[in-house]
Amino acid sequence: MTFALEIVIAAFLVAGGIFGLIGSYGLLRLRDPMQRLHAPTKATTIGVGTALVASAFHLALQGQGVSWHELMIAIFLLLTAPVSALFLAKTHIFRTFPKSDLPDPGTGTPWATHDAAWPAKPDRINPPS
Amino acid sequence: MILSYALDFAIGAFGLCLVLNLIRLFTGPTLTDRILAVDTMTVNALALVMLTTVRSGSNLLFEAALLLALTGFIGTVAYCKFLLRGSIIE
Repeated sequence: MTFALEIVIAAFLVAGGIFGLIGSYGLLRLRDPMQRLHAPTKATTIGVGTALVASAFHLALQGQGVSWHELMIAIFLLLTAPVSALFLAKTHIFRTFPKSDLPDPGTGTPWATHDAAWPAKPDRINPPS
Repeated sequence: MILSYALDFAIGAFGLCLVLNLIRLFTGPTLTDRILAVDTMTVNALALVMLTTVRSGSNLLFEAALLLALTGFIGTVAYCKFLLRGSIIE
């Protein structure tokens, strides 16, 4: 039982290292800034999440039970990686493309990245009745 | 035994990840690349801290990893918000 658990933890560790390497190598290797956004936000998150799972189950080897704290960090990373990727993409659009180059979003309003009225001013949140 | 080898491999892999991110941080043509490189470096450093925890057998460094995750995310979002809007808290 202990040996099987050791094998599983070792497999998680190796998978985490490989996924982390893929993510960082993709960050270095891909050509376009928006392509470069793919590698760290997906592969590195999976790699670190796998290493965290291995770390969570490691204490069970010494008979101390599974420490579930590590899964908290993994869930936090899984939640925050898309948010930071969205912010980085918005920043790249804002700094690279002028307003006239962007296609019409089709909602009748300008792109939120270029909209000077975003976020809504206080008088828009509570319109005078 | 096999766990020790796997642990060495993972620590080496994440250390190499930090070096690759550092290259992208210094050569990155756009500012977005540099922010992304710093964000990835934070996540990789978090993984190294957790692997150090596995190696030492204690669970004392958990708070350090949690703080790295929090400050890395908040730093990335604050820098992007500053570039987008010119101020962080409007």
